[in-house]
Amino acid sequence: MKYMLLIHSGAVDEQGGAPQCTVEDWTAYDKDVRDAGILVSGESLADLVTATTVRVSPTGERTVTDGPFAETRELLGGFLVIDVPDLDAALDWAARCPGARDGGSVVVRPVADFGAPGDSGDSQGPAASGDPSGSGDFGG
Amino acid sequence: MVGEGASPGEPEEARVAVEAVFREERGLLLASLVRRFGDLDLAEEVTSEAIEAALRHWPAEGVPARPGAWLLTTARRKAVDRLRRDQVYAARLAVLQADAERAETERAEAVADPAGRGELPDERLQLFFTCAHPALAAEDRTALTLRCLAGLTTPEVARAFLVPTATMAQRIVRAKKKIREARIPFRVPGPDELPERLPGVLQVVYSVFTEGYAASSGRSLQRLDLAEEALRLARILHRLLPGGREAAGLLALLLLVHARRAARTGPEGEPVLLEDQDRGLWDRAMIEEGRTLVVHALTGGPAGPYGVQAAIAALHDEAADVESTDWAQIVALYDVLLTLTPSPVVAVNRAVAVAMRDGPGAGLALLDALGGEPRLRTYGPYAVARGDLLTRLGRDGEAAAAYREALELAGTEPERAVLRRKLGDGPGGLAGG
Repeated sequence: MKYMLLIHSGAVDEQGGAPQCTVEDWTAYDKDVRDAGILVSGESLADLVTATTVRVSPTGERTVTDGPFAETRELLGGFLVIDVPDLDAALDWAARCPGARDGGSVVVRPVADFGAPGDSGDSQGPAASGDPSGSGDFGG
Repeated sequence: MVGEGASPGEPEEARVAVEAVFREERGLLLASLVRRFGDLDLAEEVTSEAIEAALRHWPAEGVPARPGAWLLTTARRKAVDRLRRDQVYAARLAVLQADAERAETERAEAVADPAGRGELPDERLQLFFTCAHPALAAEDRTALTLRCLAGLTTPEVARAFLVPTATMAQRIVRAKKKIREARIPFRVPGPDELPERLPGVLQVVYSVFTEGYAASSGRSLQRLDLAEEALRLARILHRLLPGGREAAGLLALLLLVHARRAARTGPEGEPVLLEDQDRGLWDRAMIEEGRTLVVHALTGGPAGPYGVQAAIAALHDEAADVESTDWAQIVALYDVLLTLTPSPVVAVNRAVAVAMRDGPGAGLALLDALGGEPRLRTYGPYAVARGDLLTRLGRDGEAAAAYREALELAGTEPERAVLRRKLGDGPGGLAGG
């Protein structure tokens, strides 16, 4: 089952890093995720000042604005999509993420699966994903 | 859910007896089905259907030799039927059946169970951890535990929390949806996670008991039905975690406190303070059972918070009266408890114990030092404790102010009645002075 880890940074310094979490921490975490074979995708986001917002009004009019701005101390810094058997496993990976430290947080959200049954091609046995209603966990 | 009556003799009695069996069996059955099908909703539905089928068949055909196995087989068949009808699950059914057959074989090999109730494997511990998962809202955890493990119906759970049935039904649906769709697993956490997760499970049972012991609102002070439900859950937990000292501590605590239930309220439902309680009304058997468990909870390493609280309760229960209570040891235990769970509420209790050991002045000084705690501003017992110590010191004016504050905060009518009496005229009343 796929989970998205939304990584919100806590207090950020000028370089975009938090005091107790180094580039090495991130590199190590990245390697662990890859080595575990659970990585579906993941990116870290460029600085917030580069963000641009698009809205389309009911009449189809497009508005492009600068922002959003960091109103709070927490802002989305990146994301990971991982494929693991259950929420506990996803929470374990979230807890290991350097972004969860130093006042940061990682929001874990299951990825909705609208695919046809049994087409996910995974080989993790009955507890694997590929179930549109999400209720097919014949937990092993 | 009632069938067409039980035996011709005393149908009502037989029905009640059968339903009592179901209440006991329901959690086991549900846990077993959840384990097998991984779907709480499905498990609940087929559990109810199996029980309904039993209520129809048993009165006519007699109770089967292994009622639990009968229920499980019936429920499982119903679940498989449902899954078969649902195309989405068709592909999984083969896996599921292979799984079930393997489990069946394993069970047949392990069938020689001396306890006699081994016809159902006890998978309730997994269900406890699922219902108390930290990914669920705290209030939902308690509701779900009562629903799934105590076997209460949704209206009963709603009544327990004094919310409308529709509200509770919504909450339970939401929680079950999260379990299913976020895939909260049905499993007992491994030894590395257990220390982190077990307190949550114990907390759920403790919260149910606390609400039963001192209702936060309503007409009566105690809700014995809830307290007893919590006690039942604590017993199950202790049975499932025989080596768990905090599970033993929790059960001990509930037993030692619940043992005083008959003496805790007066004829009009008013609260009776520990020092005024008729100790002859205390449940001696329950106290004995609790004391034995406390010893277990405190042996073999540093004690946990439930074990320490149980030890305090045991000291109260052992004493013939307030004067001969071992207040010095109680203060020492509160010191330990404060290091384990630093909380202003524990500090208030400790201050009262100090007042008993060293006199009301010493206790009052400690209480006043806690005056800045924001949490205590809405904590009625803090104001009551201050009022009592001030009265003992003869500072009636200040005592009255404290009692008036407590009156504002009191949640149940019996508490308010006692405070009004303390404030009013007559013997012992501050205005009568």
